[in-house]
Amino acid sequence: MNRRISYVAFLVIGLAAALTLVIVLAPNANPNPDGLEKVAADTGIDNGMTDHALADGPLADYGVSGVDNTWVATWIAGGLGVAATFILCAGLVYLVRRRT
Amino acid sequence: MLALHIPDGFIDGPTSLLAGVIAIGGIALCLRRTSATLAEREIPIVGLVAAFVFAAQMINFPVANGTSGHLLGGVLAGVLVGPWAGALAVSVVLVVQALLFADGGLSALGLNIVNMALAGTFVGYGIFLLLRRALGNTQWSVTAASGLAGFLVPIVAALVFVGEYALGGNDAVSVGSVATAMLGVHALIGIGEGIITMLAVGAVMGLRPDLVYGARGIRQPTEDWALEPVRS
Repeated sequence: MNRRISYVAFLVIGLAAALTLVIVLAPNANPNPDGLEKVAADTGIDNGMTDHALADGPLADYGVSGVDNTWVATWIAGGLGVAATFILCAGLVYLVRRRT
Repeated sequence: MLALHIPDGFIDGPTSLLAGVIAIGGIALCLRRTSATLAEREIPIVGLVAAFVFAAQMINFPVANGTSGHLLGGVLAGVLVGPWAGALAVSVVLVVQALLFADGGLSALGLNIVNMALAGTFVGYGIFLLLRRALGNTQWSVTAASGLAGFLVPIVAALVFVGEYALGGNDAVSVGSVATAMLGVHALIGIGEGIITMLAVGAVMGLRPDLVYGARGIRQPTEDWALEPVRS
């Protein structure tokens, strides 16, 4: 099959795409309640809901405590999330890899 | 809250615990199978898939009447790196969201992993394989089947949620009305899921189709002639 770019270039483009989503689109995300929240509010299945145990954490709700600018906070939170998911996931698979 | 994740207190303790046990068992199995299906060199792609799904889940798109939705990513992850590594990647996203960003309840983490990571990826990938075959097993059919299976991912996750509600929800609302409301809105979210999944898989198929797990074993008409043994 056609390999248009190198493996390393593919990884770089993929990460750049993820960061572009965080930088350009995430701050403009639709603020309306999502599907589950909407159904919960409409039907009342959320009447047992409790606050998140980590709701006061430094990155709770994709904000950054101490950063008031929501765009900047979203960039920092999103960038940290992209890095954390990449490292945690690749690291986990690396630990269990079949050694050849 | 930004995501389609179950918060604490929606579903009772025993059901959440049961889901937690299923989630841990599922993740352990995924780890075992991932090491058997992926080469060492392909490990960074699994990390990339997790990072991309995380970023995409930050982007809520509007659906009907004041409601939003976002990618769940099961089919996207499953097609790119296979269902085992894909379910693992989505699980990592959910764990990071719950622990770092207070998105999705801690007691509901098992429920969210069962719905979105395990059911979303494995059921979604199974549907993808059926559609890929029905569409002719070509490079084009990988992208098309991804989009169509992606459409069904939120509906599958919503159905599993309804099952969890039936087992351990409060008695305020009948299971039937929860099912009706959940399926309606998640069918709309599925349109967005299908489009994003098709665009992302299509992009990778254009750049490096050899890296797409869901494209293994498809017909490659352009190379058929090259594979013919040379007889002299």
